[in-house]
Amino acid sequence: MITKDEVEHVGWLARIEIDDADAEDYAVKLSSVLDYFGQLDEVDTEGVEPTYHVADVMNIFREDVVTPSLDQKDVLANTAAEKDGYIKAPRII
Amino acid sequence: MAEWLSISDVRKKISESSAEEVTAAYLETIGQSRINGYTCTYDGALEMAKQADKGEGEGLLAGVPIAIKDNISTKGLATTCSSKILEGYVPPYDAHVIERLKAEGAVILGKTNMDEFAMGTSTESSCYGVTMNPWDLERVPGGSSGGSAAVVAAGEAPISLGSDTGGSVRCPAAFCGVVGLKPTYGAVSRYGLISYANSLEQIGPMATCVGDIATVMDVIGGYDPRDSTSINREISYRDALVDDVKGLKVGVPEEYFGEGVDGGVEKAVWDAISKYEEMGATWEKVSMPNTKYALAAYYTIAMSEASSNLARFDGTRYGPRNDGENWHVMASRTRAEYFGKEVQRRVLLGTYALSAGYQDKYYLKALKVRTLVKQDFEKALSNVDVLMGPTMPMPAFRIGEKIEDPLSLYLTDVNTVPMNLAGVPCISVPCGLSDGLPVGLQIIGKQFDEATIIRSAYAFEQNTDHNKARPAEVI
Repeated sequence: MITKDEVEHVGWLARIEIDDADAEDYAVKLSSVLDYFGQLDEVDTEGVEPTYHVADVMNIFREDVVTPSLDQKDVLANTAAEKDGYIKAPRII
Repeated sequence: MAEWLSISDVRKKISESSAEEVTAAYLETIGQSRINGYTCTYDGALEMAKQADKGEGEGLLAGVPIAIKDNISTKGLATTCSSKILEGYVPPYDAHVIERLKAEGAVILGKTNMDEFAMGTSTESSCYGVTMNPWDLERVPGGSSGGSAAVVAAGEAPISLGSDTGGSVRCPAAFCGVVGLKPTYGAVSRYGLISYANSLEQIGPMATCVGDIATVMDVIGGYDPRDSTSINREISYRDALVDDVKGLKVGVPEEYFGEGVDGGVEKAVWDAISKYEEMGATWEKVSMPNTKYALAAYYTIAMSEASSNLARFDGTRYGPRNDGENWHVMASRTRAEYFGKEVQRRVLLGTYALSAGYQDKYYLKALKVRTLVKQDFEKALSNVDVLMGPTMPMPAFRIGEKIEDPLSLYLTDVNTVPMNLAGVPCISVPCGLSDGLPVGLQIIGKQFDEATIIRSAYAFEQNTDHNKARPAEVI
């Protein structure tokens, strides 16, 4: 069972503000799903390698050549706050 | 009244009138729609059709209208993943598949409704409200590509694109009585597809017939260096349209007919397997022992990847932004307000599964189980050519029936998620009705052996009348 406090902590890690009432509801619904995930414990995975993805490729490189990129104006068109060609955001620290 | 048209029907109409008139007729049908399948139509559609008319029919899809799921980036056309957090977002570039469609002359009709960020099996979590199933307006169309399936079933587009992370093309195809393909992982570039769980998902076509699926795959498939998991293989999908399954070896996994499978679904699927036998194929039971753990492994992996992929929606570069005294508070408030509840649940669960102390228990364990599920497919498909079973264990359920209990909704994905874990191709084709609602037969093949599942589906379609069934509102 995941507690209300844990829900709030995970909410902070995930950057999702959770109020008291929602934390209660999440604690119940997330717990039932986590219980279900718990059935993975039944499986014997001794010596089994994890599969991160199934494409039989790794370390894909490209030639180090300059190619056209998106126009700065187009990229900035979707931000809520723009200044002098930059995206403006509140202070981080 | 709307009608079901194949690509060749559409091309015939274009030759008799023009691409512009055909597109205008579709836009008119969409304007009268009762199913809420589109999130928006494209105001440049008629212009694209006029260009196709000028090009004198060049291109594999010249003048052919197509509907696009709302998580595939379209330059100059809103792309929101049916989420408030992307309200007003207009991509500055086209996805690879859109570039390919444009190069072949296709006309983009608009964007289709979906579960928010493709997280769902019913299209009920969309911020635009649910899409109705054209066979019964009180039922869901399936999900997450519910809009893409429903608009094809309602005659509001001849073909569409969806995306399939754990069944999101095949489930709505089955529920709406159309054909839907999830390609092998790596067969279609994901460049421009807004990621939910990137190690699992592929863009896939939906259509009224198997032939059109092959045509769209010939357009959108192939290598693209902008997707590092894109695989360089030349495949002609249309060459697989052969009406012959003599000697085809079919495996029927008993686990796909587990507890809770609807009687009408079970009957329709077994009738289909008997039909294959009649057509010269043989079948045998096979065992996929790790199937029962696939769902838990799938959701653990999908949610973990989602928690990382959706970190970019923080109010900074796109979408609405709430106030906050610093960036963290701004982002936390923005995400709390504009992500829907199901998206929040999955991001929270994924964050939990990846957090210190739990990563080995949940995430790493799920990746190991994924290996076992993949080995089940390799083993079964070393003895048979294809696997068959029900796409969904039940026909379309009622709107509101499952949405309040997330786990009950997750459980409906039991027959569709294993293929995404293994990366194998699979197709859902109509195989009859259960109480007047469509049933989908799922055909699964080896990695990059789309040819065999397309041939199997095509032969079935040619020798049965199932794809002639229509919802009441369609001719």
